[in-house]
Amino acid sequence: MNELANAIPWLGKRNPAAARWVVIALALAAPLIAMFFGKTWVRILDFALLYVMLAIGLNLVVGFAGLLDLGYIAFYAVGAYTFAFLASPHFELHLPFWLVLPLGAVFAALAGIILGLPTLRLRGDYLAIVTLGFGEIVRIFLNNLNHPVNITNGPQGINMIDPLVLFGWDISRPIRIGEEITINSLFLYYYVFLAFVVLSIILVQRLQISRVGRAWAAIRDDELAAKAIGINTRNMKLLAFSLGATFGGVAGGLFAAFQGFVSPESFSLMESIAVLTMVVFGGMGNLAGVVVGALVLTALPEILRHVAVPVQQAVFNQVLLDPEVLRMLLLSLAMIFMMLLRPAGLIPAHSRYSRPELVVGVGEAGK
Amino acid sequence: METLLQQTVNGLVVGSVYALVALGYTMVYGILGLINFAHGDILMIGALVALEAIRLLQLHAPDLGLIPTLLAGLSISVVVCMILGYTIERTAYRRLRNAPRLAPLITAIGVSFLLQTIAMIIWGRNYHTFPQLVSTTPIEPIAGVFITPVQIVILVVSAVLMVALVLLVNRTRLGRAMRATAENHKVASLMGVDTNKIIAATFIIGSALAAVAGVMFSSNYGIAHYAMGFMPGLKAFTAAVLGGIGNLGGAMLGGLLLGLVESIGAGYIEDLSFGFLNSSYQDIFAFIILGIVLIFRPTGLLGERVADRA
Repeated sequence: MNELANAIPWLGKRNPAAARWVVIALALAAPLIAMFFGKTWVRILDFALLYVMLAIGLNLVVGFAGLLDLGYIAFYAVGAYTFAFLASPHFELHLPFWLVLPLGAVFAALAGIILGLPTLRLRGDYLAIVTLGFGEIVRIFLNNLNHPVNITNGPQGINMIDPLVLFGWDISRPIRIGEEITINSLFLYYYVFLAFVVLSIILVQRLQISRVGRAWAAIRDDELAAKAIGINTRNMKLLAFSLGATFGGVAGGLFAAFQGFVSPESFSLMESIAVLTMVVFGGMGNLAGVVVGALVLTALPEILRHVAVPVQQAVFNQVLLDPEVLRMLLLSLAMIFMMLLRPAGLIPAHSRYSRPELVVGVGEAGK
Repeated sequence: METLLQQTVNGLVVGSVYALVALGYTMVYGILGLINFAHGDILMIGALVALEAIRLLQLHAPDLGLIPTLLAGLSISVVVCMILGYTIERTAYRRLRNAPRLAPLITAIGVSFLLQTIAMIIWGRNYHTFPQLVSTTPIEPIAGVFITPVQIVILVVSAVLMVALVLLVNRTRLGRAMRATAENHKVASLMGVDTNKIIAATFIIGSALAAVAGVMFSSNYGIAHYAMGFMPGLKAFTAAVLGGIGNLGGAMLGGLLLGLVESIGAGYIEDLSFGFLNSSYQDIFAFIILGIVLIFRPTGLLGERVADRA
């Protein structure tokens, strides 16, 4: 519960209970507030929650275990495509989501192990490049596996994916209460995603203070020393990869169901970098920071999209910087300036077990 | 057999471009232990600046011959990239020199995407046709192998630049200072080497090579694009690792080998996989090689450093 209070540091320090309630109230009321600005904003919130899940998963790998993974979006793709294969007209399969989603998670975890096994010996920047290559390979296969046998349907992607059906109740359809009130499916998705996010946070928080979490911290801070005190670094690293991937897989499945459509374009390197930026921006190794980072960096480009474009039109009579450019600009600048000015992130990690090497690391002076 | 020879020639040409870029990675890595993620994007900036310069020259000085136009465009782009390389080192990397290892790497990724975004703002998202100042129509086939004038130019220019670089590093005062800095910063600075200057010089030289590589790359394929630097950058990095990162000869060898494997592999992948895979999987070779090298021989072919050091 402390993590909740940490999300608002200035209040959390003085009055943790109040901060906690503010966070809970905000989380529950967010879609209602967003509705004032239009349905698009509720949709953006839904996506923000998916990014939160991704950031939580990546943080487990990068922040806790210190393994820089630049191909994280591949696991998201595995989850999404598993869902698309097993619950869409593409293969004429319509398995229920409570089966497909866990399957997606399992496949993502397996992919995590497949990536982890050969890269066990690598550290730091080498690992980063290899994982980047892994992400690209997955994307190239998704793009090209439409011939000679059509598996992924290539760049067109797979559409008409089944929506989430909870207890026989299709949440992609609005609920009507009486004559007047209808609850839009975007709200329903929000609360379903919120439930998943809350579950992930609880899980990861328990993990962090568990034996496993401490082992990860030890590996992150000094792998050799960790090995020397009897930590099975191989298994722990594989566990980090596969557990981190699991979150990506679940988020991917939810994404496929929510969007109803998947294509390789959604799983580009830029997305891996975007999730990494969220983790770095929020504060590597700190759950609250990562969540805030993901929310801020999903919302900010959208706000820019709705503010900067009309402003440019008014001032220059044309759109000089389109929203996608603004997003890239924002993410890349966030990454550079965060590292230069506040390397520990927006909300730095604080407890004994959550100090990423970025904060305490031994300066090696380039050697 | 003709396919093999043809793909060998193509592979050598692409490989020598990779080698030039790989030299930049390997020099920076040798001195700073940093993967300069933005290096591939410097190649992209080099190509696009040259494109812009050549367009302007053709517009305002149409009487200038083809070769002078190309040389002028090339020099402008080399100068721009040298300034850019220096600026990046000075503003983004220097402050993080003593930071833990992930910080400069993440910054480098940020710089890479920043450069792409800037290029996107200036040149848009479209593919630009790169002016064909050196002909790309094949000359008379020799033993059934087609080679274009631009490919010959690429081979010659890369060879000259590589020899020049090796001479610079091994025979000059600057080169000796660079080697000393790579060996040990502190001791080098105690011996009176201004390591800051040497590191800046390394970035400047690397960026110049990347600019030349970019212009050659675009001349060969006839296009330039804001995201064109990513793949060659990654492959050049692979080449540097393959040859043994930190080792100049290794980078050259790695670049040529990678170019060969990729070209020959792409020529035969369809037959080898019984028609299941085709040449659109060409880009995978680099990653597979990278994986194999890092797992089985992380020091590369000629290197002595260990992967764990990073």
